[in-house]
Amino acid sequence: MREGARRGARLLLVDDNKVNRLLLARNLELQGHQVAAAENGRVALDMLRRESFDLLLLDIEMPEMNGFQVLEQLKGDLQLRDIPVIVTSSLEGLDNVVRCIELGAEDYLQKPVNPVLLKARLGASLEKKRLRDQQKELVRRFATPEVAQDMQESGFALGGKRVEGSVMFTDIRGFTSLAESQPPEETIELLNTWYTLMFDAISGHGGIVSQIAGDGLMALFGAPLPLPDHCGAAVRAALEMLEMIELFDVERAGAGKPQIHIGIGIASGDMVAGYTGTNERATYTCIGDTVNLASRLEAHTKVAGRPILIDAATRTGLGGSIEVEALGPVTIRGKAQPVDVFAPNIGAGELGSELY
Amino acid sequence: MTNETIDVATFEDLKTTAGDDFVRELVDTFLVEAPAMLAELRDALAAGDAERFRRAAHSLKSNGNTFGALAFGAMARELELGGLAPVQQTQGAALAELAGEYQRVAQALAELARA
Repeated sequence: MREGARRGARLLLVDDNKVNRLLLARNLELQGHQVAAAENGRVALDMLRRESFDLLLLDIEMPEMNGFQVLEQLKGDLQLRDIPVIVTSSLEGLDNVVRCIELGAEDYLQKPVNPVLLKARLGASLEKKRLRDQQKELVRRFATPEVAQDMQESGFALGGKRVEGSVMFTDIRGFTSLAESQPPEETIELLNTWYTLMFDAISGHGGIVSQIAGDGLMALFGAPLPLPDHCGAAVRAALEMLEMIELFDVERAGAGKPQIHIGIGIASGDMVAGYTGTNERATYTCIGDTVNLASRLEAHTKVAGRPILIDAATRTGLGGSIEVEALGPVTIRGKAQPVDVFAPNIGAGELGSELY
Repeated sequence: MTNETIDVATFEDLKTTAGDDFVRELVDTFLVEAPAMLAELRDALAAGDAERFRRAAHSLKSNGNTFGALAFGAMARELELGGLAPVQQTQGAALAELAGEYQRVAQALAELARA
C-alpha cells in the first residue's frame, strides 16, 4: 500500500493558467510530492483513466471542461470517484465553494494558495485517502470481488436491510488448552493458517467472513449480495472446511503436533444485514434469530459429537442435494421450543449429477 | 516606484517559498503569457464572448495577485465580475487602463526578479 503522506504522493494538478500550474507544481515538489500536470479538465480525466494518482488538485475556471464538470464526471465514475480532490481556485463567492463540496471535493483552497495551508490540507486529504485504501483492502481480503464491489457502491452506508441468507459460525475446539500447551508464536501461526484455510473455503463458495474473534469466525452467505443457493453454498463450504482441516491435521501429525478439530453451525432465514457501528468504525454484519441459532448450533456440535450442525431451514434449502441425518429436536438456549437439528453426512459426498 | 505597482512583501514571500531562481523563471513565463491573455480579453470583447472575457480576466487577476501586483489584480477582478457591458459602454477604456498597468507591472517584476 502506498503511504502517500509520508513518502510523497503522486499528484495530478489541473490548471489552464501556466503561471499557476508552474507555481503550484513547484510548491508540491518542494513538499516532496511527484506532480503531473494537465491544462484542462478533459486532459485531466484522460490522464486519471490511464494512470493512478493519489490526489487531484483542481482549478475550476478552465476552457473545454471546467472543474465543476470534472467533479461531476468523477462522481459518476466508479473507478475514479474515490480519488480525493482539492479545489484551488480564485473564483469568488461562497456558492462556488459549496458547489464544489457538494460535488464531492474534499477541500477548497483560495488562490494564490498559501504553501503552509496547502501542506496541511494535502496531508489531511492524503491521510484520509490512506485510511480509505486500507478499508478497501480490508474489504477485499474479507470478501469476494463482487461483494467488495457492492460494498463500495453502497458507500458503506450505515443501516440494515432485510435479506434471506445463511449464517455460519465456526471455531477451533479446545483452543484454550491448545494455546496453553504451546508458545504464543506457534498459536499465532496456527491461527493464521486456520483463518487462511477457512477464508478460502468460505469465499470460494460465495460467502464473506463478517467477523473474526479469537479462534472463531462468522460468515454470511446471501449478504450483501443475494446468493440463489445460499444453503447449499454454506454447507458445501463447511464440508470443504472440514476437508481442509483434515489435510492440515495430516501435516500437523507429521510434525508431531496435536490435532485440530472444528465445530460449524449453520442456520438460514431472514436477517437484517448491514454496516453497524459509527461513521469512524463500522463492521458489516447480520443480526436476528437466524444468527443466534447458528451460533447455538455451533456450540451444540460439542454435545452432539458432530462437526457440522444445520437447522431445518438450511436442510429444506438444500433440497436433498446433500445427504443429512436428522438428530431430532434439541432444546437450545434462548429458544422456547425445541429445534430440529440435522447433521450433513461427512464423506458421503454430494448427491446428484456433480462428477469429480 | 515599485512599491505602488508590486507589493514587495508578497513578492518576497513568493521568493522565500519557491526559490529565487524559480521565481525568475515564473516571472519570465508570466511576461510571455500575460500579453496573450490581454489579447484574449480584447478579442473576447470584440466578439462579444462574455465567457471567454470572464475567463481571461479571471486568469489575469489570479496571476496578478500571485506576484503581488495588487492594483493590476484589482483591475482584472473588476473586469471579471463586471462582465462585458460596462467595458462596451466605455469603448474598452478599462482594457486600455489594464494594459497600461501591465506595462508598469512587467517592468517592476523584471527588476525585482533580478534584484
